[in-house]
Order: sequence, then C-alpha cells, then structure tokens
Amino acid sequence: MVKPSRSYRVFQGVNGVILTLVVLVTLYPFANILARSFSGERQIRAGEVALLPKGFNLTTYEIVFQDSMFWRNYGNTVLYTVVATAVAMVLTTCYAYVLSKKHLKGRGVLVGIAVFTMFFTGGLIPNYILVTSLGLKNSVWAIALPNAISVFNLLVMKAFFENLPAELEEAAQIDGLSTYGVLLRIVLPLSKAVVATMVLFYSVSFWNSWFSAFLYMDRTDLMPVTVYLRNLIQGATGGGNAGAGTEQLSQVGANIQSVTIVLTALPILCVYPFVQRYFVSGVMLGAVKG
Amino acid sequence: MSTSTTPAPPGTQDPPAARAAPRRGRRTPARTGWRRALRRDWQLYSLAILPLLFFLVFRYLPMIGNVIAFRRFEPGGSIFGEEWVGLRYVQMFLDDPTFWQVFRNTLWIGGLTLLFCFPVPIVLALLLNEVRRRSLKRFVQSVSYLPHFLSIVIVAGITMQMLAGDGPVNHVLGRLGHEPIRFIQEPEWFRAIYVGSEIWQTAGWGTILYLAALTTIDEDLYEAARIDGANRWQQIWHVTLPGIRPTMVTLLILNIGTFMAVGFEKVLLLYNPLTYPTADVISTYVYRAGVESNSFSYAAAIGLFEAVIGLFLITSANQLSRRTVGTSLW
Repeated sequence: MVKPSRSYRVFQGVNGVILTLVVLVTLYPFANILARSFSGERQIRAGEVALLPKGFNLTTYEIVFQDSMFWRNYGNTVLYTVVATAVAMVLTTCYAYVLSKKHLKGRGVLVGIAVFTMFFTGGLIPNYILVTSLGLKNSVWAIALPNAISVFNLLVMKAFFENLPAELEEAAQIDGLSTYGVLLRIVLPLSKAVVATMVLFYSVSFWNSWFSAFLYMDRTDLMPVTVYLRNLIQGATGGGNAGAGTEQLSQVGANIQSVTIVLTALPILCVYPFVQRYFVSGVMLGAVKG
Repeated sequence: MSTSTTPAPPGTQDPPAARAAPRRGRRTPARTGWRRALRRDWQLYSLAILPLLFFLVFRYLPMIGNVIAFRRFEPGGSIFGEEWVGLRYVQMFLDDPTFWQVFRNTLWIGGLTLLFCFPVPIVLALLLNEVRRRSLKRFVQSVSYLPHFLSIVIVAGITMQMLAGDGPVNHVLGRLGHEPIRFIQEPEWFRAIYVGSEIWQTAGWGTILYLAALTTIDEDLYEAARIDGANRWQQIWHVTLPGIRPTMVTLLILNIGTFMAVGFEKVLLLYNPLTYPTADVISTYVYRAGVESNSFSYAAAIGLFEAVIGLFLITSANQLSRRTVGTSLW
C-alpha cells in the first residue's frame, strides 16, 4: 500500500470521531430508558438519570408485573405472532415455489400479480371495510390474513428456490415423488436457511406490529402489548394534560412507559445479535434479485 | 431447456405426444399450450390457489373497493356502496380547508424527509467504507441497524421520553440555562421531531444497500484513478459515487413513490390535537374521517387521491431517471 498521506490520517481521525458519535447517539436513548426503568421517581423528575439508574428500585417493574392486562396482552402478542407467522410462511412458501419454476406457463402473470401490489394498494378505508364485512374483527385472522404475504419476502424466497439444483428435483420426480412431495421432502429440507430467515422476518414484523390490532380489536383484553404501550404513551401526552396537578401522576406514567418499552423490546434485543446477519443477507438477496 | 437435454422426461408423459403437440396445436397454439401446461403442472398451479386468493381478496378487492369514493356508502351495506354520486366527495374535500392544511403538511413532511433522510445513509456508508478495521466497522453497523428492528411504538415511546420535560434533551437545555421546552405539545417542533426520529431509526439500515453496492466497485478503477493522480476526494467523486449511482437512483425513485404516504403510523403515534396544525397529514386525516367519524366514502376519496398522486410520482420519477441516467425500476 501507498503510505497514507497526512491529510488522509486526519480524515481517518475525524471519521472515527463521527462514527463514535453515531454509535453514542444510537445507543444513548436505549441506555437512558433502561436506566429510568430502574430509577426512583424523585430522581427521574429531577432529571438526574442519564446512563445509570439513580435511586435504584424495582417498584415500577412490580407495578407492571402485577398488571394482569399487561400479561394478557403480552400473551396475545405471542399468540398473534405465532399464528400470523405460520399462515404467512405457508402461503409465501407455496407461491414462491410456484414462481421459481421457470418452465411454468403463465409464470410472468403470476409474478406480475404480486409485484403490482407493491406499487398500488387499496388504501386504508377499503381495507377496513373489507376486514370488517368479512367478520374478521376481534379475531387473530384480522391480523394474520390481510398481511399473509409480503411481496418482498416472496421475492427473496423465490430467488433462493431458483438457485437450488434442478437435477435433484427432477431425480426425485423420476423416483415417483409428486410436486407436493418434492416441495416437502426435497426442497424445504434444502432451504432451511431461507425458511429460518423468512420466519425471522415475519415474526419480528408481527411482533412489532400494532396498527391492525389497533384497528380491528375492540376490547383491551384482545390487544397485543404494542397497543398496551401505545395506550400508555397516548395517555401520558394526549390532549396536553401535563398540568401541574397531574405532575406526580405523569411521572409515574413516564416510569411505567420506560419499563413497558424495555419489556416489549426485550425479546427482539435478546435475539438481535444472533439474527442480525440473516436479516442483512436477506435484504441484500432481495435487493439484487428482486 | 433443461427438460429437452434430459433424455428421459417424467414418465407420466410420452415423448411422441409431446412432439406431436406443436404440430396439432398450430391452429390454436395458445389453448393447446394451456391444456398441456395444466395437465403437466396442475399440482404446481394448485399450490398457487391459496396465495392467489389472498392477492385477490386482500389486495385487488380493496383496489376495486375504492369505487366507494364515487358511491354513497352505508355502514352494513355493500362494500362497494349503494348509489353513484359522481365526484361529490372529491368536490367535498377540495372545498375542505382541513384537507388543504393536511395536504400542505404532507408536502412539508414528505419533502423534509426526502431532503434529510435520503442523503444520510449515503454519507454514513461512505464513512463506514473508509474504516479499515473490520471489527470496528462491523460493530458500528450492528449498532446503527438496531433501531430498525424495534416496533414503531417503541420508537415513538423512546422519542417522547427523550423529549419529555424531565428527559435528557431538556436536561441539557437546563444546563445551558434554557427553559424546558414541551416539544411534544408545540406544533413548531413536530417536523423536526418527526424527521429526527426518522433519521435515528432508518439511517443505519439504509446503509446496507449502499455498502453492498460499494463492494462491487472494481478495485482497478481506484488503481487507475490513483495512477492518473487523483487524490482521495477525487477518487470518491469520480469512482465511488458513480459506482453507487444506480443504487442511489433506485432508492430515490422508491422514496419519491412513498413521498405522499409519509410515515402514517409514526405521525399517528407522535401527534396530538395540539400539534395537528403541523402534524396532521393526509393519511391521518383519512384515518380520522373514515374510521373515527365513519365518513367512509369521503375518506376513501381522499385516500384514492393520495394513492393516485403516489403512483403518478413514482412512474414519472422512473421515466425521468430512465431518460437521464438510464436506471429505472421497470
């Protein structure tokens, strides 16, 4: 290599400083929320909590843990995520497999039907009326069915299937396996990587989703934990009720918000270090092939 | 192609018939072709039935359902409405002062998002690309992706906590001798809050595609540029940026396409009646008019208007980029 010039070394130094700042700005809010969730009311109100908890206590965690609605909504989130991911995986896998067969007549049309929906969608109101008149309100199907196929995930999976060796499937077919048999016994076992990635993509997005539940669930005991959190946030700020008299109350509220944020994000934060690279490679695959 | 090279095609179908088919099918090639395809691949087609049903019901039916924008809808009645009323609802929102306010807000927020959120990932990717220590680069990337994986509700919650009266931002302001600002309640702060939290959440994730594009640039081009006497800055300008231009243009087109549909969920979570003057956008107005006030046809008309502008924007951006830089989505 050429010896780095003086100005380049200066640039490297500045670059390091900028990127350190990026890391700090990204992480600070998390650290602060975590610190608040363990801190005392008085210290938070005085604005003393920065990176470390002040006046360490677990009272707020106890309050949240004793709220049966919180647990109920947390359980709902788990249930909705599992059901919706299962439905999404079945439909996406089937369609992606069909689209990956290059000899199939009408394949272009089938691809077009899916891709067009990326550019034009029905809009909120017709969707709302549709789900309501199908009688899906207040059931997990209102969350699972309207979002059953993400076209982006579909294209990623299709690209993966296209790269599988065709000879293997042909051999299996000669040995007497039907198309279903080939898909279940040959293709899927070979596709563990992409299946795992898609399960991750879907489950994270369903875990994080709130709006379908917010729209289609009428009762609080059917809400996922994201809506529980949303209601906490709106309750604390909606309508400008931050008058002096309610200060004590809103402080408790703010602390409960921190705890709920931590608990809602916890599963994602726990799996994040392990799954991050799958997401990244999935996005790249989708971008290159889609 | 692969079937013609294999000597023994699937036993279910005899070669003479396959060879005879084109001869017989000359008169009606399309229909015969379909019949053959269906007989050979019916199992594959059967796998497509449920997914097709999904697209039909949950994607295309709502598109058609937009006709209620031109028909009077009655709750409990047909999802396509009861009778034609023409452009009555369009006329209604064009005469509605609130509509023009949310239209302006949408343009503002969309424009600011494009202006600030589009370039940040490019700059960040260029900076990351200059990091020589792989472990350090990986660490910065992992950290910067993190906010992308969290629910938008959590992001909104964190944003509000940071800007709360007792939050870190006001704490710093206090140290500087400034009165605390009630950011969430002040209309003039909403745009900054929205764009800021958007950058925080998306900048790192946005670098992925640029970093991928950067790795595909031919090392020889840098070599050649160095021999020609280009310094680092000139190398970036003449080699790196042209190298990632297709990615930039593609993402720009996509961003322009979603320009009107500014982060609906985030606005819905962050705004409140006090900040409506700057925060209320078309999609949130549609939500309130339709779902909260039950004016379905009126809301659908506005939603359709928004979607049509979006489609127009993305197709014209696509055309423009195909003519000028030769990159396009389709």
